[in-house]
Amino acid sequence: MGIVKLRKNFHQSKWDEPIIFELSTENERGIHVPPVERDIEESSGNLETLIPESIRRKQPPSLPEVAQLRVLRHYIRLSQEVLGVDVNIDIGQGTCTMKYSPKINEVLVRSRKVTEIHPLQPEDTVQGALEIIYNLDHILREISGFSRFVFQPGGGSQALYTMASIVYRYHQVKGNTHKDEIITTLLSHPSDAATAKVKGFKVIDIPPDQETGLPDMDAFREAISERTAGMIICNPEDTEIFNPHIKEMTSIIHEVGGICAYDQANANGLLGIVRSIDLGFDLGFYNLHKTFSSPHGCGGPGLGAVGVIKELESFLPIPVVDYDESGKKYYLNFDLPNTIGKVREFYGSFPVILRAYAWVRVLGEEGLREVAKVSIINNNYVMKKILNEVKGASISFPKTEYRVSQVRYSFKKLADEAGVTVEDVIRRITDFGFHLWTSHHPWIVPEPFTIEPTESYSKDDLDEYVEGLKTITQEAYENPERVKNAPFNSVIHKIQDMSFFEDPEKWAPTWRVYLRKHRNQEVRK
Amino acid sequence: MGAHMESLFEKASQSGGEKIKKIGLIVNPIAGMGGRVGLKGTDGWDIVEKAMKLGAKPWSEERAERMLRTLLPLLKEIKIFTYPGEMGENIAKKLGYDVEVIGKIEGERISAEDTRRAAREMTRKGCELILFVGGDGTTRDIYDAVGLSVPVIGVPAGVKMYSAVFATGPERCGELAVKYLRGMIKELQEREVMDIDEEKYRNGIFAVRLYGYLMVPYDKRYVIGGKSPTGISEKANQEAIAVDIIENMDDETYYILGPGTTTKMILKKMEVRYSLLGVDILYRRKVVGLDLNERDILRIITGKRTKIIISPLGGQGYLLGRGNQQISPSVIMSSGGKKSIIIVATQQKILNLEGKPFLVDTNDPLLDRQLSGWYRVITGYRERWMYRVEYG
Amino acid sequence: MEERKRKVYPYIPNSYEDVQEEMLKEIGVKSFKELLDKIIPRELQYQGSLNLPKSFHSEYELKRFVEGVLSKNKTCEEYICFLGGGIWPHYVPAICDEIASRGEFLTAYAGEPYEDHGRWQALFEYESLMAELLDMDVVSIPIYSWGHAAGTSLRMSSRITGRKEVLVVDTISPERRKIVDNYMEPYIKIRWIKHDAESSQMDVDELKRELSDKVAAVYFENPSYLGLIETQGKEISEMAHEKGALVIVGIDPSSLGILEPPSHYGADIVCGELQPLGNHINFGGSLAGFVATRDDEKFVKEIPYRIFGIAHTTMPEEYGFGDVAFERTSFMVREAPSEAKEFVGTASALWGVVAGVYLSLMGPKGMQELGEGIVKRVNYAIKKLSQISGLKVPRFHSFHFKEFVVDFNSFTLSVEEINRRLLDYGIIGGIDLSKHFPELGNSALYCVTEIHTKEDIDKLYNALSEILGVN
Repeated sequence: MGIVKLRKNFHQSKWDEPIIFELSTENERGIHVPPVERDIEESSGNLETLIPESIRRKQPPSLPEVAQLRVLRHYIRLSQEVLGVDVNIDIGQGTCTMKYSPKINEVLVRSRKVTEIHPLQPEDTVQGALEIIYNLDHILREISGFSRFVFQPGGGSQALYTMASIVYRYHQVKGNTHKDEIITTLLSHPSDAATAKVKGFKVIDIPPDQETGLPDMDAFREAISERTAGMIICNPEDTEIFNPHIKEMTSIIHEVGGICAYDQANANGLLGIVRSIDLGFDLGFYNLHKTFSSPHGCGGPGLGAVGVIKELESFLPIPVVDYDESGKKYYLNFDLPNTIGKVREFYGSFPVILRAYAWVRVLGEEGLREVAKVSIINNNYVMKKILNEVKGASISFPKTEYRVSQVRYSFKKLADEAGVTVEDVIRRITDFGFHLWTSHHPWIVPEPFTIEPTESYSKDDLDEYVEGLKTITQEAYENPERVKNAPFNSVIHKIQDMSFFEDPEKWAPTWRVYLRKHRNQEVRK
Repeated sequence: MGAHMESLFEKASQSGGEKIKKIGLIVNPIAGMGGRVGLKGTDGWDIVEKAMKLGAKPWSEERAERMLRTLLPLLKEIKIFTYPGEMGENIAKKLGYDVEVIGKIEGERISAEDTRRAAREMTRKGCELILFVGGDGTTRDIYDAVGLSVPVIGVPAGVKMYSAVFATGPERCGELAVKYLRGMIKELQEREVMDIDEEKYRNGIFAVRLYGYLMVPYDKRYVIGGKSPTGISEKANQEAIAVDIIENMDDETYYILGPGTTTKMILKKMEVRYSLLGVDILYRRKVVGLDLNERDILRIITGKRTKIIISPLGGQGYLLGRGNQQISPSVIMSSGGKKSIIIVATQQKILNLEGKPFLVDTNDPLLDRQLSGWYRVITGYRERWMYRVEYG
Repeated sequence: MEERKRKVYPYIPNSYEDVQEEMLKEIGVKSFKELLDKIIPRELQYQGSLNLPKSFHSEYELKRFVEGVLSKNKTCEEYICFLGGGIWPHYVPAICDEIASRGEFLTAYAGEPYEDHGRWQALFEYESLMAELLDMDVVSIPIYSWGHAAGTSLRMSSRITGRKEVLVVDTISPERRKIVDNYMEPYIKIRWIKHDAESSQMDVDELKRELSDKVAAVYFENPSYLGLIETQGKEISEMAHEKGALVIVGIDPSSLGILEPPSHYGADIVCGELQPLGNHINFGGSLAGFVATRDDEKFVKEIPYRIFGIAHTTMPEEYGFGDVAFERTSFMVREAPSEAKEFVGTASALWGVVAGVYLSLMGPKGMQELGEGIVKRVNYAIKKLSQISGLKVPRFHSFHFKEFVVDFNSFTLSVEEINRRLLDYGIIGGIDLSKHFPELGNSALYCVTEIHTKEDIDKLYNALSEILGVN
């Protein structure tokens, strides 16, 4: 066993780095552009004939002028002011599945054979890429039981939008104009509802049963009618209480002619253990930038891989990748008769596809099962520790004893007894080199925080994190002011004047607006 | 209503970081004791005094202390305006605040008029927030005095709080006050003031009505940047609901609209007259009855296709029976019972109930039972939350 | 599952028996099976096996295998590539790659502005740098792609004006056409405006006829998919504004060093693609869109994406960051006053950071030189290819940025066949336009950027000459 050491002397890098514009020094150059050869220069003549005055830019953009090393240093410093998975025990960002993104996959995606291929090249010249897409498609089919996957959507929300579009088109083709309602649950991701509404559906939210935390089945049954077009839900929802009634729910939807879409954002604990198709779902998606290890990149690139059953294949966005047996080659198939068209240009984030593929190829069937197994063990282990050792913490819906791979806790007790809220804890925990996150809106669980250990952290790592929570809550009871005035060792101090973000007179979404409103200056003369 | 909000924002933003903030404090020392002790007759007050003389500590003061402790981070930044002795002076001075006593208690016992005078005076002195400890009675008195002109937060100290102006506890109240005074909360919500006829209450008769609205800072639980939290603005939510309802109205139906800001937003959006605190009827986009009683309602709707649009009132989630008794069992049955009821509610309203169902108490137990069950509550534009109604 | 000698996985620290036993004990169960059964009903557990390809035990084997598969690709470095069409070959500075691979940026996600301050600042700077390039005040955090941003811009205009129709010129990218078609359904009706046969610019007469007080917005791309620069921007804006419609322009940021930003000729909302700013082609996989507006509450409140803003902290001369008006987004709003304010989620943030790095390196002079150099090279290419008799180039007589249409109609060889033969010359030819623009017949869209040398262009000329049997 290694050691468990809470970093009490941690201090985050704090560079007090100016905004890049403030580094601007007239005449400095960051990089030179390839110059035009003499022959080309001579043949082009007057620029005016190529781009007339009326459409030519008169004033150059007021971009900063910064020499190369200074640009590099600036951004490296900023990167030091970020806590990525590479740097911290990132289990506090629940629902984000902050797992290890293997560096070998970075080596692979940086290959020129990946970065320098164009999607519109003749298919013969990109067989390697097509093969990998095809293979990942088949791997995901195996894991989920669905018949076909596409990788076009650039994230979970866009995948949900794709699924909502498929549901819409499906009923359109069937002539079901009366079917305009989608059922979802309050504890599913907010995008489940939002994307359904974009496609014109009315959304019916099912609240959780107050005791079990599961969608209330009576409410669910009451919500069904012949207007039900389908259901889009998470299972488990963000509370990660697995819904044992899920098959009943999908059956009920099918009985009224609806289709069931699976938001599999919380799939980490289910790999190899549960197959989507067995639960009665007709379509679903995986987040390759969560479950399948592609790094989060500050908020993207993401990829929501959407899979469907055979009957829905013709609705998928085009193209899909198929294999021509006779010609022995992979090709792009645009011929899907009921296609919803496209949600994004081209075929999807290939680097993300490649990373997911490489990750699965290292793990194989047994490895995937181990991922799920360890996620579940890690999660329940952390849960027991938190409930036993962290004062003021409680679990949402305590009637259900165990969860899948993450838990939504509550600091309501802490707030009531010590007057310290979850936001205070979030700020204080950064002093130890950690993150902590609350919950999606709406806050059904009061003072929520969500911990998702995943399979990537060792027992010592988990112990260290819990030690952090424990220390802070103890401090909250003894010396609440310290917690409330945190952070002390993080990158910046507290912002108190929220009007900077809400008051249109004050808000500053860009540097130029900030200068204008708060310093009475322009970016550059 | 909108103009009030703007002037309040100006006030809040004007009192920037350096200026001393003025807040009012009203403590009702015997809050809730009336109903709890079950007073009967005119010698009720003596009983309370006797109980206090026997050492029973007034509950209010303890709760006031807890609230003021949570406010201590602002000790040097605020000045508390309050009334003498138990009405706030004692506890504020005890904790070291800069206190100004602005009036006196007329007569021997603290009365509703004292509360009203205190609140009026605080407003006059420029208080930007009034904190109070009390029950529905105190709430009503403050409303009588200030209406929507100054924001208010209450520490619940009564028995059953119907009004929706209370924080969930003393510390929460203090926290909310701190956030508001620091400019971290910009939004103010109108929350119901429910008036209980205490005389009838002591005799076991519930007579609760929607009395008015007070302005309460809306705690959006702001977290900078996180992946989520905080609610949609109440007003935007109400407007979304109104748009949905209006879209689905037809010309054959009479619509009974219960009291409350959420229901009346519908009429407001249609730019017709309405009574905020009463029951109105809409037909073919025109108001055919304003602030009606049960008899008037029945006269209009009998034999007609009718729908009842109601929203839960007050902090307890009562859908029927507290504040809208004009929508009586006869009205409901004449309209067609459960299927004629359309419930509208903002998300925040529902979340404030923390999972507890809406309640109905029409005084007809059989009807109450029939009305209970799951409803598709309209919580936004093309959004419905399934929610339970129970009889209580 | 039998307990044979289990493999320990480098990616999974707790993948060995002892520690698992210890943890299970703390959980209060005797085995994982017991724990699992308490969480997921046995009958819902999958009992079969997964038919997955055999796993690689070592990193070396994985690398060798995958690189073997990838070696089947032919790249735009091994060949001279003249493809554009929504994703273009540009030079990616080494520092862009360096920052894109910084572990902290790469593996961070959604932390608060305290501990993830650097990420907030980097994205705020990207917004600010783009604001200068676009000469607009508000720029959103990157979203999935230009197509999605265009869809959002159109929906925004509907929300802002309350109208349900939009007019879009038919020379937008065919990919974006499909995206926008899907995105407008079912609330908004699209009417397609023809382009002028000679110039390929918008047919403003038709626009005038179609404009009414039902129209929420007019959308065009500049340059268009066919490479032409729309010079009627001012006129279009005046016509649209007169009817109370908004003007949305989609742009390629690499052009803004030399072309007028759309805000100068009346655009209300600008969208576009960030890929040209320091991101590789990645087989079409590094797309990132954005939406930009002026600082008007009416517009800002309709942007459904995150916008990072700067603020003062309790310390003097110190900056902090946060979300501007966060309640706009779908995270906040589970519904909205009139219709859904769309949705937001993980999209393309890293590409935004990289775009910021790129713009910081290039500076105003770099962007200007980039634009000028491209235009001159394109001009050279057009002139050179026009020497091939029978070839109609440029097909449209107007001003080009980095793409142009080559008309092969006077030849019997199809573009597809020509491109196949070009491969033998080490050249990847332009996009076959016959499918999506049938009125252009046997034509191709060629792209030339700062990475093409005179030699490259001459090679193309020689190759085409030979293939077409001319000269």
